[in-house]
Amino acid sequence: MAGLGVVFRKELVDSLRERRAMVSALVFGPLLGPVLFAVLTSYAVRSQVDEAVRPIEVPVIGGRSAENLMTHLLARQIDVDHDRFDDAGALRDAVRRGDVEVALVVAENFAEALGSGAPARLWLVADTSNHSARPSMSRLRLALHEYGVLVGVHRLALRSIDPDLAKPVVVFIDDVSTPSGRAILLLGMMTYFLLFSTLLGGTQVAIDTTAGERERGSLEPLLTLAVSRAVLVWGKLGVTFVFMALSLAVCIASFAVVVRFLPLTEVGMAANLTPSVCVRIFVVMLPFAALGAGIMTLVASCTRSFREAQTYTSIAMVAPPLPIVLVILNPMQSSALLMLVPSLAQHLLVTDLLKGEGLDPGLVLLSAAATVTIGLACALATVRRYGSERVLI
Amino acid sequence: MIEAEGLTRRFGKVEALKGVSFTAADGQITGFLGPNGAGKSTTLRILCTVLAADGGMARVGGVDIRTDPALVRGRIGVLPHDSNLYPNLTARENIAYFAALQGLAGRGLEAAVDRMVARLGIAPFADRRAKGFSQGQRIRVALARALVHDPDTLILDEPTNGLDVMAIRVLREVIRERRDAGCCVLLSSHIMQEVAVLCDRIAIVSAGTVAMEGAADDILAATGRDDLEDAFVDLVVAAEGER
Repeated sequence: MAGLGVVFRKELVDSLRERRAMVSALVFGPLLGPVLFAVLTSYAVRSQVDEAVRPIEVPVIGGRSAENLMTHLLARQIDVDHDRFDDAGALRDAVRRGDVEVALVVAENFAEALGSGAPARLWLVADTSNHSARPSMSRLRLALHEYGVLVGVHRLALRSIDPDLAKPVVVFIDDVSTPSGRAILLLGMMTYFLLFSTLLGGTQVAIDTTAGERERGSLEPLLTLAVSRAVLVWGKLGVTFVFMALSLAVCIASFAVVVRFLPLTEVGMAANLTPSVCVRIFVVMLPFAALGAGIMTLVASCTRSFREAQTYTSIAMVAPPLPIVLVILNPMQSSALLMLVPSLAQHLLVTDLLKGEGLDPGLVLLSAAATVTIGLACALATVRRYGSERVLI
Repeated sequence: MIEAEGLTRRFGKVEALKGVSFTAADGQITGFLGPNGAGKSTTLRILCTVLAADGGMARVGGVDIRTDPALVRGRIGVLPHDSNLYPNLTARENIAYFAALQGLAGRGLEAAVDRMVARLGIAPFADRRAKGFSQGQRIRVALARALVHDPDTLILDEPTNGLDVMAIRVLREVIRERRDAGCCVLLSSHIMQEVAVLCDRIAIVSAGTVAMEGAADDILAATGRDDLEDAFVDLVVAAEGER
């Protein structure tokens, strides 16, 4: 392995002087990712908070004969509007079109039925396929239910019957989740950004040192030297790995800063991103940088020009984070088998760390071994490619 | 000493070399003269061990290029066609990188680089990054890179392409110095005058074979011409006619 230090140093100096490489390692992935994440997350949190207290407007037909009910709704930030619709058909069309999120129709004999103790009928008009209308629908439904319970309790009390008799069962929800565990719903996205930033951080270097070198006409003179091709490849890979690791570290650090500004406590969440957790996240994810360096160097070394390399590496960049989508669709717990899948393994382990749970050292080692092995296979394939004349013609 | 015997090479359907045989002796400059597409670069790339021949054999400095390509690479200095520098490194760093990869280190490396910088007139731009170098500056540095480890065989592919008169002069001087030091120099060119001025022996390549080999006078005598250009054209036309 004589000359490895020489190749590594040269590629490092070369890349440090290349503005594109530096920008993608230190700015694009590591800083833009967390900022995008922060914007999305605070929007999600804000709308969740706002949804609970936002006044909603509900057109009502026949509401004037149910004054008590209307007062009850108004007290719950539900603004009833008696004048907008007279005709139930027009009302239903408006809901179907999405002009109205939810509406209420009160039976004509509502007051008499209520007075005589017969079931008084209400129609909640809604389109359950309209996703954005669901929160309004739930709020109206809950308010109507409460009203019914309230009237029922009064009736029993008037007849000197203990209202509790009508409640044979009471259900309490015992939520064992922790604030940091609930935060996973939002922070789960973070690993995706970390993986992406890792890949992005070194891809420019992988391209520059392989396809770029070839396109610039610097590769052929290099290949006439008495240095082993394996040494050339390992030196290039080493620098790509360093850039990916650097990008990962900066990305974790900027996440740690960004989450401090997120309104997580308002929705009962807390981010568990202390410096020691950050260090552990870095260690757990570092093998992915080795895999990324292997994949990107292999892909770039199989192309003939800078542009071609950029096309193929951007395709390759989509693939590694794909297994995470699987977990989002079908949540899973860390297990030995899943540790064999790169990116998925890192995602699950980082999720455990964010939840504040301890890590199984066995699983960490297994994930590192599996991920690095695949990276190594890519590296060896690159060495093989550099050993043949195809790398040049 | 370079000895090639019946080298053949195909690229897909194109038969680039159909049996190239020639020798280039130590202490001589051998010119590889031929029109574009004759197979000059392919032959040189095979001799530099970056391409493999389909058939035939070649020895560089007595070493078979197939059995021990690594040893061959340690002995040769190469200036490939369209060879370029690392734009983010300075001229000096470009030379030092190749020197280090050829096994030089420490004081020896520094001295060798300094020698090249001085000899090839690189000093005025030695510590500037190669981005934006003129063609002349680039070739000087590329030649310095090829010579820095003091190889006993020099393989240059169209070294004077796009150079101005001053640069060509320096290049010729340096090449002659290496020859006088006992080096085997093989250079390719499609420019007749270049080869006539510089080379002790000429191998005329056409359509993938060596049409004729010898000193300029021998070639003139064999073709019955008194001008090298006429002799060259006769040989090329004859070789292409046989295709």
